[in-house]
Amino acid sequence: MLPKQEVVAMLLAGGRGSRLGVLTNKLAKPAVPFGGRYRIIDFPLSNCVNSGIETVGVLTQYQPLELNEYIGSGQPWDLDSMNGGVHILQPYERSGGSDWFKGTANAIYQNINFISRYNPEYVVVLSGDHIYKMDYSKMIDFHKANDAACTIAVYEVPLSEASRFGILNTNADGSIYEFDEKPKVPKSNLASMGIYVFTWEKLRKYLEDDEKDPNSSNDFGKNVLPNMLNHGERMFAYRFEGYWKDVGTIDSLWDANMDMLNPKAGLDLSRDDWRIYSRTPVMPPHYVAKGAKVQNSLITEGCNVYGDLEFSVLFQGVYVAPGADVSYSIVMPGAVIEEGAKVQYAIVAENAVVKKGAVVGKDPAEMENRDDWGVAVVGPDAVVPEGGFVAPKEMLDAEEAKG
Amino acid sequence: MLGNNVMGILFAYVNEDRVRDLTSVRVMASIPFGGRYRLVDFPLSNMVNSGINKVGIITEENYQSLMDHLGSGKSWDLSRKREGLYLLPPFGKSNARSDGKIESLDSIRTFLNGSQEEYVILSNCDCVANVNYRAALEQHEATKADITILYRRGTSPDVNRNNIYTLDPNGRIIEMLVHRGSEQDVNYGMGSCIIGRELLIKLVDDCMARNEYDFDKNLIQKSVPELNVMGFEFTGTAYTITSFEAYFHANMQLMDPKVRAELFDPNRPIYTKVRDDMPSKYGLDSSVSNSLVADGCVIEGEIENCVLFRGVKIGRGAKVKNCVLMQDTEVGENSRLDFVVADKNVRFSPESVMTGTSGYPVFVEKYGVV
Repeated sequence: MLPKQEVVAMLLAGGRGSRLGVLTNKLAKPAVPFGGRYRIIDFPLSNCVNSGIETVGVLTQYQPLELNEYIGSGQPWDLDSMNGGVHILQPYERSGGSDWFKGTANAIYQNINFISRYNPEYVVVLSGDHIYKMDYSKMIDFHKANDAACTIAVYEVPLSEASRFGILNTNADGSIYEFDEKPKVPKSNLASMGIYVFTWEKLRKYLEDDEKDPNSSNDFGKNVLPNMLNHGERMFAYRFEGYWKDVGTIDSLWDANMDMLNPKAGLDLSRDDWRIYSRTPVMPPHYVAKGAKVQNSLITEGCNVYGDLEFSVLFQGVYVAPGADVSYSIVMPGAVIEEGAKVQYAIVAENAVVKKGAVVGKDPAEMENRDDWGVAVVGPDAVVPEGGFVAPKEMLDAEEAKG
Repeated sequence: MLGNNVMGILFAYVNEDRVRDLTSVRVMASIPFGGRYRLVDFPLSNMVNSGINKVGIITEENYQSLMDHLGSGKSWDLSRKREGLYLLPPFGKSNARSDGKIESLDSIRTFLNGSQEEYVILSNCDCVANVNYRAALEQHEATKADITILYRRGTSPDVNRNNIYTLDPNGRIIEMLVHRGSEQDVNYGMGSCIIGRELLIKLVDDCMARNEYDFDKNLIQKSVPELNVMGFEFTGTAYTITSFEAYFHANMQLMDPKVRAELFDPNRPIYTKVRDDMPSKYGLDSSVSNSLVADGCVIEGEIENCVLFRGVKIGRGAKVKNCVLMQDTEVGENSRLDFVVADKNVRFSPESVMTGTSGYPVFVEKYGVV
């Protein structure tokens, strides 16, 4: 028996993230680089330790290699502790057979034994594709004060956009009376953030019931939560105020990186009181040469900048050659932008190369039809040939380019 | 594995009187360098990259900042169950004669006796270089040397404080001059040598028994005619921090991509303590030229030929040229700085003006307010 932990966090990191296209061909979504020196999973992991949660299970399934290596012992997040710490949980074979995680609820169900070992009072369920800073301990206090079975974090969205989200309809005291998945006519503007606090005893019962139901798709949103509500459990909405963004699509990933450059966006990672920790390679400070022009950009250690940079985010070890022009773009670790290349409104993924004179992306103002515009993506290890062009919305895949 | 048979000993304090401004609040080894490093990171990483996983660091007073930097040794992969990093407590150097090396080695006798390794690499912490000790160790074994001294060839970095060596064609040291300088090319020491552990203990014993306390004169120089003392030439880039000006110029050399490629070779990285700052942010009206910038900086003004450590802030309209600004220093709006070295957490109020020269950069001490 391990020492009791009051709270155990379970991080759902198994999704493929197919809407991120080439970026997640060989990488689980939570391992996608973000903001110059982070990966998406740094946000929930850092939020956990900053909230005092020191036992975290990370559920992986799709392309786990790089994610597992990244998390490692959990040391960068102080999660290499004696009791608790971070644990990578993958589907495994049991005496009764083995199974992939069938849905979000099934993923937790298959790890009931992991959670039970800590005998927790509460379980926090998190997803691995959101950028935000949140004190989960306040949400847990709210959950306790309401004597709730389940508390769901909600974010106020404009009513006009509410039909894109899972909407929660609440009473005056914050208790939930109805789930409304992508409602045509929304009754409220409280969107679920996919962050749940459960009283463990209750969650365990409903997960076991859900597993017995052959018609269930074993999903929290579709099955477990509605089932709890139907059985009259106390469920509350916890309002979160602050920066929060789902980075599950190319556009939102690009937007969220650009928000790092906008002081008004509210994504401030410079504060000492809530640091976001990450595992980073050891590299010297970045160098900006004579003749380079850098405006409103973020640059990380290991970069060498000889060209022009505007409204862009450079990750570790990026090289921007003399005469290259990078604007409104995200350039991920180890990528190379050669002489005279022009990269704009684009995401250049890890170790990609944009050869001399190539052009990636286009300014939306120059588009004949604005609807054709989108972020251009150069996939991991892909090479844009000399004088080549990657159009808006296009995704260059290293494997396809090889033919 | 050669490395497992070798341990390292670093002298954290040696030669710190040469850079009094920088060492009034810290030991030599913890002087910040190159935007995100401390001097100790270089010899320590060199040892780790050469396969050595047991390093003792001898400190003296003022070692709080060094302890804070090294912690458990995790950043150098030296936080281990077997071997790892040993911080050897300060000895009373103020009473010590000469540089105290003999006495400090005598005071860590139990550590040396209790070790199993055949060889010891001794090194000062005043030299910035990426040294592969493996090659030196191989030569040490191949030549059956008693002592192998690492040296460089060129004009001596110091006017009168170098050890200068004469070698025979086989690389054996036949003469050693201490406390010398030279305008001509000579073989001068880098403050680092390889020696058998048991031999080291014996030589230190001999010195102590004779009341001889000068490591260079009484231990090394005395051994030259009696033992097989070999030289190992290091041909790479190296900067010995012999003075405040030397410190400033070594920082400025980092603007050269060739120097950076050699010092920060990705196959032999220089490790340092991680601080988890966000990437550095350049504002809309910023201008930057020929500068090395660590993470966590916010640059709204102009910088040219500067080394900025982590968390430095340059206000709007400020013009900062030829400066080394250490961690968390802030330069107020419209300030003008030229040839200034600011220690950690210095505040330059708005409109400050401070100008030094290439030969005499101005120094502002830790927590100074201008």
